[in-house]
Amino acid sequence: MNSLYYQKRLSRNIGDKFFTSLSAICALIAILPLISLVTYILIKGGAQITPELFTLEPNPPGDDLDAGGINPALIGTLIITTIASAIAIPVGVGGGIYLAEYSKGGAFSRFIRFGVNVLAGVPSIIAGVFIYALIVSTKILFGSMYSGLAGGMALSILMLPTVIKTTDEGLKLVPNELRYASLGVGASMYTTILKVTLPSAFRSIATGVVLGIARAAGETAPLIFTALFSYYYITGFGDLFYEMGSLAVLIYNFALEPYDAQNKLAWAASFILVLSILSVNIFSRILAAFTEKTKRV
Amino acid sequence: MEEKLTLFKNRKRFGIEKHIDIIFKNTALVLSSFVAIILLGIILVVFFQSFESFSRYGLKFLVTSEWNPVKDEYGAFTAIYGTLVTSFLSLLITIPLGVGTAIFITEDFVPKVVRETIGSFVELLAAIPSVVLGLWAIFVMEPFFRAFFVFLHNFYGWMPLFSTEPTGRNSLLAILILVVMLLPIVTSIARDSLNQVPKKLRNAAYGIGASRWKTIFSVILPAALSGIMAGVLLALGRAMGETMAVTMIIGNSNTFSWSLLSPGYTISSMLANQFGEADGSQVSSLFYSAFVLMILSLVVNIFAQWLVKKFSLKY
Repeated sequence: MNSLYYQKRLSRNIGDKFFTSLSAICALIAILPLISLVTYILIKGGAQITPELFTLEPNPPGDDLDAGGINPALIGTLIITTIASAIAIPVGVGGGIYLAEYSKGGAFSRFIRFGVNVLAGVPSIIAGVFIYALIVSTKILFGSMYSGLAGGMALSILMLPTVIKTTDEGLKLVPNELRYASLGVGASMYTTILKVTLPSAFRSIATGVVLGIARAAGETAPLIFTALFSYYYITGFGDLFYEMGSLAVLIYNFALEPYDAQNKLAWAASFILVLSILSVNIFSRILAAFTEKTKRV
Repeated sequence: MEEKLTLFKNRKRFGIEKHIDIIFKNTALVLSSFVAIILLGIILVVFFQSFESFSRYGLKFLVTSEWNPVKDEYGAFTAIYGTLVTSFLSLLITIPLGVGTAIFITEDFVPKVVRETIGSFVELLAAIPSVVLGLWAIFVMEPFFRAFFVFLHNFYGWMPLFSTEPTGRNSLLAILILVVMLLPIVTSIARDSLNQVPKKLRNAAYGIGASRWKTIFSVILPAALSGIMAGVLLALGRAMGETMAVTMIIGNSNTFSWSLLSPGYTISSMLANQFGEADGSQVSSLFYSAFVLMILSLVVNIFAQWLVKKFSLKY
């Protein structure tokens, strides 16, 4: 008679309750770090935000009074990421076009797709080691050793797999009818790709590429012995061939300093870095959700 | 109308267009082969740079733990051991946490809005640069766990794992920060594989009277296992190569110790610390350890890819 009703004391029901609360605890633990991290960055970093932060050079550690600003590192991050994008985007989009539009699933394209996945799994510090051996220690770039240019190249190695993958996958989603229609009215292959398929996959490719750039902007390991660090303003084009600071390396160097002033600067730089990366992420998420909604209609 | 038709008839492809087409295709081909060139380049360059050290120490390099630039003696055992221990132990903690979270956000315990929020929070965690996590680990996590470590040492100090007095940065903190970094990977991949399990499997289990968690443990999880395994392997590869956060919190000491409460080293943190100032045969030895790291992560990654291909869900 009672067996039709939910019985609290039944061992299976107790077990179910137990596991449900266990999984809830897991989820809670999983989001705690992000909440704590964002709170600390907002409080500790946000307190340091002043106009001078964006305009001054950082002072060398040891000077306990005033740490200065992060202008060179901020500009350096922009420059290094731009160099990396300038290399990785054309190469990646071109490679993705070949994989999605020309290859016929043969051994070569399978090997390249495999290689893309493997390259994505290569530890980021290995990219730095590689560029160090290839460019920094050989002084191949007009005799300069550590340089912003070398840093940008190391970052581009990390961006490349992301760009190829998003291009490849974005182009594969374009319906074949569009290609047939274009080729059918007499367009050549490259016109079809440049005028029809690429534009219609543009939004998904752009989202992936922007996320890749945001990810690269926070990478530190490839920069610590390629671009190194610099305390001085970036004044001209020639500075590309010298040591260049970046927000990520600034955080690394200054977090390990024993001085409070430098630590505060590291928090301020984290504030700017995390805020920009998170806003790019959230923005692209909203954009993707928006695109999906309009597609369904 | 008439005029347009004649225009249409007279429209012919220029001869040059054919050449452009061929050039375009070959450019794309060359660009796509860049991936292979870079990958091979990395392997070859790191291998040849490590050759000096390799011919001097051979495989002994992997099992000796003396790293002494003054005496010019190098062995990477401490770093290799540190890499393996931190990545495996962090994975051991991450797997139940990540899979538990994934179950929580794929089942309907709480409204969809809450589940989606948790899901995107975890994914945003993956977007935080590791150097920022390192900063957070130094100034927030280390003080937070300090009392806990002292407790561990006082009560379990007889175990070799907790035998040293905790003094600031140590391997256990590195393991914990790795857990934070791996959680998003394991959770999102586990969530995707759980979502792919067809609904009829669940309905069938419910239909024969299985309770919710009986269904999860005996039907849903086994069905999603291969996907979860692949995610775990990807996370393992990431853990072994992770550099910044670990370097900042592990304490960086080349003295071998069984204890997790003493400062340690991983291959990547050794590279990050010493590469800038190394010279002579130390550089070659660092390249050798970089080569070891690369082989380790390549093996794990290739195995993960193979697993995905072999056991991808076919419902």
